[in-house]
Amino acid sequence: MNEPVFSVKDLNVSYGGNLALKDVSLDIQPREITAIIGPSGCGKSTFIRCLNRMNDLVPGAQVEGQVMYHGEDIYGPQVDPVTVRRRIGMVFQRPNPFPKSIYDNVAFGPRINGFKGDLGELVERSLRRAALWDEVKNKMRKSALALSGGQQQRLCIARAIAVEPDVILMDEPASALDPIATVRIEDLMQELKQEYSIVIVTHNMQQAARVSDKTAFLYTEVDEESMSRWGILVEYGPTGGIFTKPVDKRTEDYVSGRFG
Amino acid sequence: MRAARGSGAVSGTRGSGAVSGGVLSERPSWRRLWSDRVATGVMFATVLIALLPVLLIFYYIFREGLAVTNWEFLTQAPPFSYRREGGGYVNGLIGTLMMVGMATAVSVPLGILAAVYLVEYGGRNLLASLIRFFSDVMTGVPSVFVGLFVYTAFVVPFGFGALMGAVALSIIMLPIVVRSTEEMLKLVPQEIKNASYALGAAKWQTVLRIVLPSALPGITTGVLLAVARAAGETAPLILTAFGSITITTALIGEPISALPLAIFDGARTPFAAGQARAWAGALELLAIVLVFTLLARVAASRSSISR
Repeated sequence: MNEPVFSVKDLNVSYGGNLALKDVSLDIQPREITAIIGPSGCGKSTFIRCLNRMNDLVPGAQVEGQVMYHGEDIYGPQVDPVTVRRRIGMVFQRPNPFPKSIYDNVAFGPRINGFKGDLGELVERSLRRAALWDEVKNKMRKSALALSGGQQQRLCIARAIAVEPDVILMDEPASALDPIATVRIEDLMQELKQEYSIVIVTHNMQQAARVSDKTAFLYTEVDEESMSRWGILVEYGPTGGIFTKPVDKRTEDYVSGRFG
Repeated sequence: MRAARGSGAVSGTRGSGAVSGGVLSERPSWRRLWSDRVATGVMFATVLIALLPVLLIFYYIFREGLAVTNWEFLTQAPPFSYRREGGGYVNGLIGTLMMVGMATAVSVPLGILAAVYLVEYGGRNLLASLIRFFSDVMTGVPSVFVGLFVYTAFVVPFGFGALMGAVALSIIMLPIVVRSTEEMLKLVPQEIKNASYALGAAKWQTVLRIVLPSALPGITTGVLLAVARAAGETAPLILTAFGSITITTALIGEPISALPLAIFDGARTPFAAGQARAWAGALELLAIVLVFTLLARVAASRSSISR
């Protein structure tokens, strides 16, 4: 077993005092696709946003516990969230290209990070790796907003790759896309996993089963007295095992569709 | 009845190609047809009524102004007597360009920075609330009060001058720039800010490279509104620039003219020549504001490809 990319221990997240995620501990391996599944509101997105400190941007969010990245706590006192995000890229649920040209979208990350070198070559390489180059090579100066939803999402992936991160976090990257665009994104993830560690949040269990090596199942726990609810990690392991021989009853109910 | 209404709309838009007697060719009710026509007519009439004063203003300014506008008008100062024909308002043009230019150079950067503070840094804290409150109050303050303030604070010790006029105009422009820019910055979606942060951009990089460029067309519109307002202000300039019939470019120590001041002066004379110059001055002011509006719109749409 390799040294894990992320080693999360006793992670607790709350928003304005309301607990959203309780006692999550898991290790994420390099050059694998780790899927986070679970019902709506179970804290999947909250979890993934802890891995690159995007939760810092949410007013009232509080994160406790440890998120070790290659042995270094990303919530450590000397750690700058900006540095964390340069190493750990993110692709969001809704495609969110900047209102700029296709070229400028991909070049944005390298530019702000003071990239010195052949920017055009880097942009082309990133777009090729995101399987978008052939579709956009003749309209690099056109607005990114003119692309289709699937193309925009691949552009966002290219943009994330261009800063040469180590990990790519994907928060339901295909949920706003049609099935054909979804397949393209999934194929792309298989390509990218040769070089990157990928963590993907998904609603779609088939997608998790198709693309991922490991799967974590999060579930909502309800406190009957206070009627407050939070997410917990129920089960984590190789994807095949989670879907065919789940250990926990709740996992079995969820993956077999006998939910609620 | 409801089904008939719905299908009536379909047959109305598609023409009358439907099989006669089918559900689609059923006539919509008489009442619905007429209420539709009456409502359309009333709205059309109200638009016309609202446009009428604007059109009349344009008509009179062009009719009276064009008759006097010529090269001499654009390049000469007015004669020493209102009674005499000839001459122009170049002194006022110079004054307006100087004072509005200086006021813009001060109030636009300050206003945009203040708006960035309000949206990206201040949020709902006390300072931000105070800035918002006083901006709103300042927008509503009659401009002659601004003139009085500058008169007391600067003109009494230093005398009339272009700088005093510019100070008054920038006080008038600042709150307009702040509030309009703030509204535009608020419209920048959180999603693209998040995208920027997720790429490892610091906050100032996100503001400079994503937020401001995305909001640029809207900010430009707000700035233009402020410039147009300042270019047309008269009352505060009477108390600060004072007006003059000689050409000057001095910043301080010498009264200076401005187009609105020259128009005001000319229009209240009982002499036809003075009044005619005032019309031409009004046309010149209108043209300047229109040209600046067009230039800024073009510049904004060039520099951002967001739409």
